[in-house]
Amino acid sequence: MYDVIAETVRIEGTRILATLIRTVGDVQLAEDAVQDATLAALRAWPATGIPPEPRAWLTVTARRKAIDILRRERARADKERAGTELVELTQSALESPETVQDDLLRLIFTCCHPTLSPPTRVALALRTLCGLSPAAIADVMLTSEAATAKRLTRARQKIAAANIPYRVPPAAELADRLPAVCAVIHSLYTSGHAPATGEAAYDVDLCTEAIRLAELLHGLLPEQPMPSAVLALLLLTEARRPARLDAAGDVVTLDLQDRTLWDAAAISRGIALLNDSLERSGRQADPYQLQAAIAAEHARAPAYSITDWREIVRLYALLLSVAPTPAAKLAHAVATAEADGPSAGLALLEHQEGARTHAVRADLLARLQRYAEAIDELSNAEPATAAERRHHERRMQDFSRRSSCRGRC
Amino acid sequence: MTQYLVLTYTADVDWTAPEQAGELSEYQKFGIDHAAQIQAAAVLHPTSTATVVRVEGARGGQVVTTDGPYAETKEALTGYYLVEAENLEEAIAIASELPAAWNGAVEVRPVIQAR
Repeated sequence: MYDVIAETVRIEGTRILATLIRTVGDVQLAEDAVQDATLAALRAWPATGIPPEPRAWLTVTARRKAIDILRRERARADKERAGTELVELTQSALESPETVQDDLLRLIFTCCHPTLSPPTRVALALRTLCGLSPAAIADVMLTSEAATAKRLTRARQKIAAANIPYRVPPAAELADRLPAVCAVIHSLYTSGHAPATGEAAYDVDLCTEAIRLAELLHGLLPEQPMPSAVLALLLLTEARRPARLDAAGDVVTLDLQDRTLWDAAAISRGIALLNDSLERSGRQADPYQLQAAIAAEHARAPAYSITDWREIVRLYALLLSVAPTPAAKLAHAVATAEADGPSAGLALLEHQEGARTHAVRADLLARLQRYAEAIDELSNAEPATAAERRHHERRMQDFSRRSSCRGRC
Repeated sequence: MTQYLVLTYTADVDWTAPEQAGELSEYQKFGIDHAAQIQAAAVLHPTSTATVVRVEGARGGQVVTTDGPYAETKEALTGYYLVEAENLEEAIAIASELPAAWNGAVEVRPVIQAR
């Protein structure tokens, strides 16, 4: 029961926050009021049950809290806020669903404004759009709670002092502004899917949050190709999640995954979204469309051995031409090794650094029965999670065993 | 409306030198184009004319001056505009028309409003 209440409060809290920010014109004040309202709900609802219209309950309570805060501020200093805010707050009518949707979009574009640093955008999105506490955000962003609180405070100060407008960009600027929003959602998902440190191989919550935001953005801007591509990519990746870890919590690589565990519904929806996105964008494919296309290619293969590696190599080459990231370079080399043999893959990894590069090079060397070199490479690969460490240790033992019998076993 | 101080950072040039006349006229054009939003502006002499002033200890202490700019950097503060704009996006649109934006960098800082 408590979890349902907490979840309702968190999700509805975000929606009413978006509208309250527009009404009072101050992120901090609106957050404080919503915070007060959610605390009131968490106190009252376990006894009374969730009201039939939780959003209405929270809206009315948050407005009342905002009025209290505004009155207190007025009494304390001669800080004269425009009376229009109080008038608007005391209006009894609830916003129409369209207004709430517009306000959510305003909030998304403000949190992901290009004048804020990328980590600040992520932190703000987690705070205002996902309703996570600074402590939870600090965990996700691998920093301290104090540093997160400071980052959020500075961001709110900048939004207020520099007057970052609370609005949806005009249609002509939308294409320029969407990449920043999509990057926030995508980085939320990847940090949930592969945390740089920690015990669990992935944090389910953050992936769910990212997908929720991707659904939200796609729902608000269904005509835009980039949000559909991001949602497609996330769904296609998430579809494989049930097969990524075994019962002991160890990583199962793609070649060994039980494909019957993959979420078929998520895969077909992801592919449909990707096709729709590609149809809507006439120009060159963006990185999300390409990554989704790669994920779709894996999802379509009934078994690892019949994966269309030529097509995947082609897609990675396209991806490298628009977004040459270290992860894409590595994946391109892995796909090339599958298509043209381990030596071709190794050739692409020359002079490349990074923990995962070492691990991949070790695997390719082992396939060429160069076990001593493989052991060398693997000992240079710093595992990020406990599950990855166990995986490395198993590989290491396997390599030494094969090395001692010179490939005859 | 919000006030912004728009600071130009470029190569440390002498704007009074004849070879700067061409670029200086671009700044003058900027000033005319945005006359309605610009409330104050200044072009600065090169940093070689700057003096840094410090008072030792507390007020009334020894006044110590040093020749040259406060910080040695490749890009020097060469001028400023006090601009009034609807919001940060409008201020950035104005700032991006300054030649310093492609010859160096432009910093846009909101001004604290007197209450």
